[in-house]
Amino acid sequence: MRTAKEKFIEKLILFCGLASIFFVVLIFLFLLKEGISVFKTVSPGDFLCGKKWYPISEPAQLGILPLILGSLLVTLGAAVISIPMGVACAIYITELAPAKIKEILKSGIELLAAIPSVVLGFVGMITLVPWIKNIFHLPTGLTALTGAIMLAFMAMPTIVSIAEDALYSVPKSYREGAFALGATHWQVIHRVILPAAASGILEAVMLGLGRVIGETMAVMMITGNAAIMPHSIFQPVRTLTATIAAEMGEAVVGSEHYFALFAIGIVLFVISFAINVTADLFLHRKTK
Amino acid sequence: MKRYFPLLLIFAVLINPFAEAKKPNNFIQIKGSDTMVNLAQAWAEQYMKINQLEFIAVTGGGSGTGFSSLISGTCSIAMSSRNIKGKEINLAKQKGVTPYEVKIALDGLAVIVNPKNPVSKLTIDQLAQIFSGKITNWKDVGGANGPIVILSREVNSGTHVYFKEHVLRRGDPNSIEEFAPGALLLSSSQAIADEVEQNTNAIGYYGMGYISKRQKPLEIAMDNKLEYVAPTIENVTTGKYPISRPLFFYTNGEPQGIARKFIEFCLSPEGQKIVLATDFVPIKQ
Repeated sequence: MRTAKEKFIEKLILFCGLASIFFVVLIFLFLLKEGISVFKTVSPGDFLCGKKWYPISEPAQLGILPLILGSLLVTLGAAVISIPMGVACAIYITELAPAKIKEILKSGIELLAAIPSVVLGFVGMITLVPWIKNIFHLPTGLTALTGAIMLAFMAMPTIVSIAEDALYSVPKSYREGAFALGATHWQVIHRVILPAAASGILEAVMLGLGRVIGETMAVMMITGNAAIMPHSIFQPVRTLTATIAAEMGEAVVGSEHYFALFAIGIVLFVISFAINVTADLFLHRKTK
Repeated sequence: MKRYFPLLLIFAVLINPFAEAKKPNNFIQIKGSDTMVNLAQAWAEQYMKINQLEFIAVTGGGSGTGFSSLISGTCSIAMSSRNIKGKEINLAKQKGVTPYEVKIALDGLAVIVNPKNPVSKLTIDQLAQIFSGKITNWKDVGGANGPIVILSREVNSGTHVYFKEHVLRRGDPNSIEEFAPGALLLSSSQAIADEVEQNTNAIGYYGMGYISKRQKPLEIAMDNKLEYVAPTIENVTTGKYPISRPLFFYTNGEPQGIARKFIEFCLSPEGQKIVLATDFVPIKQ
């Protein structure tokens, strides 16, 4: 009885472990099956490098280059804002903050992670959009920059909490050794702790960016969704995710528009897969 | 083993194939055009007051969404602010669905700008050139110097399609005119209203039901020799206002049961009174 139970539980856990991989593979196969059909009507080159996205016209123009660039521009903007802030915040929490402030900061950041993205999008639309418009004298406040700022808020919690773990795991002896050699606090942080935690911090950054590129609701509400080739961060952009979300309801099942949206899904999947693999590589280097 | 019994019970409930399997026959789902959500909701509420044992659920999502769910069988009535497309009819036939069209009300499309914008009337031609990106500055149409910010609905919106076909393309099926690539595609009429309210350079469009004091609806003329007409109920009924359109219900085959009763209610004098009350235009006078 006992061994049978053990066996059963063992198998159950094995099943749970395999299930997640199984589902990922299933999802990818499904995406591939639905998305690949779009290439019967558009060549992969025209699809990835076409500059016009008019999916419901006759004939439909399905070029997703503006969407890819839109996603990358917003992500890049969010990275420029959230990485320095996130890493600096993690350093402050682990190295400098008094115990009390540390607790407040940590729970504050956890709270930030708990805000649903649609709420952030809504707040951004009401406050940030007019603000950006007036500060930069733009024709409209619905721009890539607005999206980037809002997404930076979303990436911050991930970056801070993982970077903080990485900084904590730097052995105490490194710190003590550096201080013993007469280094100042800044020198210890800058020359010893940061390099020692570098791979963990990079992983934090990658996971934060993964979250940003997949974010949909907030960007759909505040980036303007104009499918133009972005020339500057002060322009409206349309991202891959927002395109899928906004158009999936309309796309008639089985039409080329429908397949094109799945193909966009594949592109997104590949991008976030690449980001995750990069993060994983850094993680492995850290544990070695 | 006893300890696991409640867990097993929970599992049993979760995977119970008999729960929810029966579809109640006193319930219908209406789905589609965002423009018509408020109208259909008002109808449904009044209808349910009269017929207390019947339930009608109304959801938006866009006219295209309505058609796809009618085709996939997840709603009984699709509401639409445009005619069904040939492609959609073909697809419906493949799945054994025959779309049946009922015209239930009229709607005027208001073109709106910020109240501070000095421009208060435009011709259809000027509108077409603005929305396709050929006119990019307000001073070219008699306004102050400033870039025109074009606001449009997302492509799943019947309003988007109608505006493209009847304003940008002037009803010409061979025209290939498109919205300017720089047009901002917003996800709801309310989002357009909000952006126009705070942006003096913006121009957008929405159904007449949304008109409020915080946006200024433009007077529109077919061309500059004709009279400029404001989007009001009288002007839409008489056909004077150039951008107005019929609103439809679509069912699979001739409507049956509750769907039929509900559509009859909508077309009754009482139903058409609700049309007026929600700022749309009644079909029967």
